[in-house]
Amino acid sequence: MIIETKDKTKRRIYPKEEVCIGCHLCEVYCVLAHSGTKDLIKAFKKKDKPTPKVIVEEKEGYYITFALQCRHCDDPLCTKACITGAMHRDDKTGIVVCDEDKCVGCWSCILVCPYGAIRRGENKKVASKCDLCLDAGEPACVQNCPNSALEIVEA
Amino acid sequence: MRYVIIGNSIASCGCIEGIRKVDLENEIVVISNEPYHVYSRPLISYWLSKKISDDKIYYRPKNYYEKYKVKPILGVKVERVDFEKKKVYLENGEEISYDKLLIATGGKPFIPNIPGLNKKNVFTFIKFDDVKEIDKVICDGMRAIVVGGGLSGLKAAEALTKRGCDVTVVELADRILGSILDNEGAKLVQEELENHGIKFILKNSVIEIIGDDKVEKVRLQSLEEIPADLVVFSIGVVPNVDIFKDTQLKINRGILVNERMETNIQDVYAAGDVVSAFDMILGENRVIPILPNAYIQGEIAGLNMAGEKTKYDGGFPINSIGFFDIHMMTGGLVNPIDGCEILKRLEEEKKIYRKIYIKEGKILGFMFINSFDRTGMIVDLMRNKVDVSNFKDRLLLDNFGFLDLPKETRKEKIWRS
Repeated sequence: MIIETKDKTKRRIYPKEEVCIGCHLCEVYCVLAHSGTKDLIKAFKKKDKPTPKVIVEEKEGYYITFALQCRHCDDPLCTKACITGAMHRDDKTGIVVCDEDKCVGCWSCILVCPYGAIRRGENKKVASKCDLCLDAGEPACVQNCPNSALEIVEA
Repeated sequence: MRYVIIGNSIASCGCIEGIRKVDLENEIVVISNEPYHVYSRPLISYWLSKKISDDKIYYRPKNYYEKYKVKPILGVKVERVDFEKKKVYLENGEEISYDKLLIATGGKPFIPNIPGLNKKNVFTFIKFDDVKEIDKVICDGMRAIVVGGGLSGLKAAEALTKRGCDVTVVELADRILGSILDNEGAKLVQEELENHGIKFILKNSVIEIIGDDKVEKVRLQSLEEIPADLVVFSIGVVPNVDIFKDTQLKINRGILVNERMETNIQDVYAAGDVVSAFDMILGENRVIPILPNAYIQGEIAGLNMAGEKTKYDGGFPINSIGFFDIHMMTGGLVNPIDGCEILKRLEEEKKIYRKIYIKEGKILGFMFINSFDRTGMIVDLMRNKVDVSNFKDRLLLDNFGFLDLPKETRKEKIWRS
């Protein structure tokens, strides 16, 4: 059989809203990790403001904040609603990823994601979402949270 | 054991992938009258406008059939199915027997029977071949008439405009996008399209196509005549059930299926734009021809065909669509029903519109224009019939998010994921 039956990822990043201080460093390090540079200034100094793949939930009048990323659902709706096939589960890692070359920015994934965890990326051209820092080992948001308000759990 | 799938689009892929979750061995045969590797029909307008190249219209990678152990029979039409003998007969004389059959024949364009349809440069707008044909004749400055101001008609109008055509849309109703928007919403979108040069003729229709060999003009119901170089019919799609007309297969507009996507005939399943399946908002079966439903239904059918008992909970219409610089997401009801509450926010200068229908605490429908960033959370509330009474006004905010949900709800939701 040619289909790789690598399991779906069981890794999830969970927020602790009690200790999140809303500093947005997760967003900063997320942008850096996906920028292709190690230089923070270069990572942000772009024509279009980079979009972090993590979302800090915060609102005026609320004391609480917390950060949220793609849940890498066991049965994701985004891959089923995708009109191009760009949104898919990676055979090797079991992670839900978006092939940004294929994506046409129809936002069908945003229409169905129950977590509102998919964003319109830079320049609002293609969908942007958490890839659990596929290439880097530990997710940058978890690693760089100063108050350990994010943890990665392997179910 | 052999699975046979008639149709090679989204529901078919859902079915293949559903079967292969359970059964890695038995043969799957996919038959389509189109000669192409599985492609995405919603992308034809992107292809016509040259936003995507040839290779990006394909929905699955080149090695898909090989990887999923599928035998594709492409470019061959199915002539009929004998449900007694469990056999599919192809136009080339071939016979294929099946143990489990999926009908995923999709939709076909509805074209009114008017004089002049046989003229050159009259097209439909559903398949890859449709846009390939349009692409062959199209040139700058051509006058195009699009008949039908619905989702695909306006995508056609947008693509033709981007290719330099002078486009007029003729729509029978008093507004465009009547299947997804109310008057106010439709007006915002129409203005945007008009700003890009598209003209609209509402409450009217094309009753004749005039010309010697090619289209030269169209005659409207109002008897007015408009010069035209090409005409695109995009009035709507109807389930493609022609080959099953005189069989015992139960059809009510679409093929009737139960929650396992089974038809009334044993071992015969159906999914996608060809079916009439359960609408969880209306509480009855109907045809909802949208891509996510096609995939999900196909997958459920596939799982059941392979012996894994799984239920389809039902669906409701949802759409994400944009034209030029305006984008909208809509779901559920378009028009209010008795006793429902209407929440609304309209900022005309910014072309922002959010409207929500609520009844007994449950969201029944929404229309969001240019403000849609976390719409999936709203769709999720609808699907799970969550009582939104305590935070309903927040649903109108651009930045509606998890903090707007009660603490228990959001914690439960995030931690169960």
